[in-house]
Amino acid sequence: MVLSYREALNQAMREEMRRDPRVFLIGEEVAYYQGAFKVSKGFIEEFGPRRVIDTPITEAGFTGLAIGAAMAGLRPIVELMTMNFGIVALDQIVNNAAKIRYMSGGQLSVPMVIRGPGSAAHQLAAQHSQSLEAWFCHVPGLKVIVPATPRDAKGLLKSAIRDPNPVIFIEAQLLYGTKGEVPEGEYTIPIGVAEVKRPGHAVTVVAYSKMLLLALEAAEHLSREGIEIEVIDPRTLKPLDLETIVTSVKKTGRLVIVEEGWRFCGLGAQIAESVYATAFDYLDAPIVRVTGADVPMPYSRPLEDAAIPDLPRVIEAVKSLC
Amino acid sequence: MDRTDLLSLYRQMLLIRRFEEKSAEMYALAKIAGFLHLYIGEEAVAVGTIAALRPDDYVISAYRDHGYCLARGSDPGKVMAELFGKATGLCKGKGGSMHLVDAERFFMGGYAIVGGHLPLATGLAFASQYQSLDRVTVCFFGEGALPSGQAHEAFNLAALWKLPVIFVCENNRYGMGTPVERAVALYTDITETARSYGIAAEEVDGMDVLAVRSVMRRVVEQVRATGTPFFVEAKTYRFMGHSMADPAHGHYRTKEEVEAYRKRDPLLVLKQTMLDQNLAGEADFKQLEQEVGAVVAASIKFAEESPFPSPAELHQDVLME
Repeated sequence: MVLSYREALNQAMREEMRRDPRVFLIGEEVAYYQGAFKVSKGFIEEFGPRRVIDTPITEAGFTGLAIGAAMAGLRPIVELMTMNFGIVALDQIVNNAAKIRYMSGGQLSVPMVIRGPGSAAHQLAAQHSQSLEAWFCHVPGLKVIVPATPRDAKGLLKSAIRDPNPVIFIEAQLLYGTKGEVPEGEYTIPIGVAEVKRPGHAVTVVAYSKMLLLALEAAEHLSREGIEIEVIDPRTLKPLDLETIVTSVKKTGRLVIVEEGWRFCGLGAQIAESVYATAFDYLDAPIVRVTGADVPMPYSRPLEDAAIPDLPRVIEAVKSLC
Repeated sequence: MDRTDLLSLYRQMLLIRRFEEKSAEMYALAKIAGFLHLYIGEEAVAVGTIAALRPDDYVISAYRDHGYCLARGSDPGKVMAELFGKATGLCKGKGGSMHLVDAERFFMGGYAIVGGHLPLATGLAFASQYQSLDRVTVCFFGEGALPSGQAHEAFNLAALWKLPVIFVCENNRYGMGTPVERAVALYTDITETARSYGIAAEEVDGMDVLAVRSVMRRVVEQVRATGTPFFVEAKTYRFMGHSMADPAHGHYRTKEEVEAYRKRDPLLVLKQTMLDQNLAGEADFKQLEQEVGAVVAASIKFAEESPFPSPAELHQDVLME
């Protein structure tokens, strides 16, 4: 069936809440408003206020509360209205969620999902347009998932909810309305497994979340010129499925990484390092990164466009290697 | 008053006192490293509060946490081994002094970002409410955490959602070297902070273990019955420095002030009560000293003889399989 990304997320949470009474949804406007982006549409009607919990605007407080509830055996899903607000809860995420298992020598665990949209949308300016996945990936003890398609969003969110660890699940406002084929019935997608979204042989292009759609669009254009790129979606950034990327690089000898986040210390830097360390001899050219600009996101449309990877830049990056 | 009962409370406080003194010695011998915050002077708060709890009630605290763990009944050997960083420690040597956890005893940990564990406490209480359990959560923190934003977020959520959590604010008058008068706007009555959120609050003499237990018994019963939060300010005092890095009095307070508070040493207060009422004699206290001394000595021996964690432990417990 064809579902929107938003509907896929809604189904994933709905199915898991029906399956496991320990699962509950907590966040700003998740209940009666039906979710700031309508991801939890119909939840308050089906599950009631005990399990669908509107919070005050207090991210550190309710994220910390959810961590405590997870320590006590519940399975919270925290919806951050946007991942930008996760910065306010960063002490809880980094110092508590990620570390409690280790600090306790394995006595305690924190099975929870923290989800919400990251990256830029429609001219939301500097404080609402950030791609913070690299921050979360940097912290041991967290898993980080960045699905791009409705099928992946549903299957991975169900896996994230069942995972016994804290999982950061980053969506994108501009993906919520996108549609795609989703399998009928029950399925999950394992965390930490990449997928070749389009096979090719000329250049490997690694892209995730919104940037995957850009890479696939570039692939169409390049194909018309006779350049067949292989597009890989890691889907999970931590743990990273390096093997799938390296297998492709061994075939193509060339790698482009597309990410929306800031360039310096971005995800692409880590992926490039991992590929250099394991497949240097297979590379025919240095790895090329297409990234967001190292600036706070500007409001003005032309400036915002200039700050985010676009089709011409991805095509140019691929061609620079051909 | 029951002699056995009072001797038991005294013994628990004495165990914490002697354990902490020995920890300080071990720190000086470099057997213990990192930050070490001693609970000496505040024993009545942990012992009096925890004596009012059921074994399955949650306890969570800040980083000056040895006292709660011992009062909760954790094996002193495993606590000392944790301070030594040994594999047999409560947390396999991975937590250390500031991050003791004993999940079997529902001691959910010591946390070292000031104010950061108050939201966790609301979450433990939330879980009890969600699971329809009549378990309460006790959250210990210092008055130094009171001005933090996370504390206020926790107070608001606890009151808003009627969570069965008891905030025990140990007002030992100093956040490190900063007196409460220079840190908390409502310093003359910090219980006002809780009341402003609609949380019932009262204060108690934190140097008197019987007073603490008496108040806490009533509070625990009320919170268990109503499921609503409570705030208790325990007025106490830290006899030692903030950590092993500073002397007992330092520049921020006078020696005379420390000496004056030492006259209200919680051990002395209870001992005097028992002597006055002929419930115990010097021989009883001497015997307790011997017993507790042996327990602490055994904890040191256990910690000394235990192995350090193997290098293979480094990557264990980061994630759950």
